Amino acid sequence: MAEMITLEVMRYRPEQETEPTFQRYEVPFHEDWVVLDALNYIKDRLDGSLSYRWSCRMGVCGSCGMMVNGEPQLTCATFLSHYLPGPIRVEPLRYFPIMRDLVIDMTDFMAKLQSVKPWIIPSQEKPLSQGEYLQTPEELDVYKQFSMCINCMLCYAACPVYGLDPQFIGPAAIALAQRYNLDSRDQGTSQRLDMLSQHEGIWGCTFVGECSKVCPKEVDPAGAIQQYKLTATKEWFKAFLMPWSAK
Amino acid sequence: MNEIPAYTASHPRWYRPRVSTYWWLWQWAYLKFILRELSSVCVAYFVVLILLHLRALSHGPETYAAFQAWLKTPHVIALNGVSLLFVLFHTITWFNLAPRAMAVRLRGKRVPDLLIAGSNYFAWLVVSVAVAWLILRG
Repeated sequence: MAEMITLEVMRYRPEQETEPTFQRYEVPFHEDWVVLDALNYIKDRLDGSLSYRWSCRMGVCGSCGMMVNGEPQLTCATFLSHYLPGPIRVEPLRYFPIMRDLVIDMTDFMAKLQSVKPWIIPSQEKPLSQGEYLQTPEELDVYKQFSMCINCMLCYAACPVYGLDPQFIGPAAIALAQRYNLDSRDQGTSQRLDMLSQHEGIWGCTFVGECSKVCPKEVDPAGAIQQYKLTATKEWFKAFLMPWSAK
Repeated sequence: MNEIPAYTASHPRWYRPRVSTYWWLWQWAYLKFILRELSSVCVAYFVVLILLHLRALSHGPETYAAFQAWLKTPHVIALNGVSLLFVLFHTITWFNLAPRAMAVRLRGKRVPDLLIAGSNYFAWLVVSVAVAWLILRG
C-alpha cells in the first residue's frame, strides 16, 4: 500500500452549520505532490462536496492561496513533503469572510484595489499619431518589482493590521498604487494621495513586515508602504516649509 | 473605504472569524514585532533618565551624588540592563529594516540592502565612539 498522509481540511457548510469544523482525509503521499494535488485528490476520489479555488497550478493566477499549517501559502507551490509526517492543516485565508469550506469572499479586496486607481493616469493624453509612451529599462526597473503582484491575497492573510481593522487598504493595494506612482508615464500620484495618506492608507501600517515574507512573487509590499511613507513625509515638509512651491 | 467590509447584508451566513486579542502570541514573527514596538518604552525611559541626570546636575553636587548612588542600587542596575537589551533589540531590528524603507538609487541602480543597513551601523559606531570619547577623555 502506498504511503499516506493526513490532511485536516476546514469545512464550512453555511446551510448545515454555524461554525467551521475540521475534516480529516487520508491521501496518498507522493514526493512531487503539492497541497493542491492532495485537495484535487480529495475532490475527485473522496469527497466531491469540498469547495476551494484554483486555476493555473503554476503560481501565476493567484487563486489557490490558503492557510497551510497556519501560514499563508499558494497551495500549488507548497509540497506535501515539507510537512512530513503530517497531519497538514488546510484552512481558508485568514481575516476574510468564509463563504464555504476554503472559499473566501474577496469583494472587499477587489474594492480596495480599485480605490487606489491602479492604472496609468497621464497629465495629458497624447494623440495616437505621436506613437507609444516610451520608457527606458531604468525607468521600468524603478517599479517592476511592485508590478509582479498576482493578487493572491496572501499578504492580507499575513497582516494583523488588516485582521484588526478591516478598513485598512492593505499591502497589495498600496504596493499596486506605488507601482503606478513610480511609473514614468504616470502623473496620477496626487489623485492617489487622498486615499493613501488617510489613516486607513499607509499610516495604518505598523511595519510588521510579514506581508513581504509570505509574498510568492517577492513584491515587498511592506517596503512599498514604508517608501511611500517617506515620500509623503517629505512632501508634507516641503509644503510646510515652502508653501509657495506647492503645485 | 466608506462601507464596513465586515458586514454584507445579502450574505448573512458567511462566517466571519474573530481575531483573538492574543494573536501576537501564536507566531514568533508577530511576538518579535510586538517586542520591537514595546521596546520604544525603553527608548523613552533612557531619554527620561538623561533628563533626570541633567536635573540632578542643575541642583548641585549633593543632589547629583545622591542620584548616582540611586543609579548604583541593584534594582536600578537590573532595570537599566533589561532596558539596554531592549534598546539594542530596537536599534538592530530597525537598522535591519531600514533598506526596505530607503530605496536609494545611484546611477539607475538600487543601492544594495547591505550598504544601506551597513551605513546605519557605521553611523551608530561613529556616534558611539564620539560619545565614549567625550565621556572618557577626562
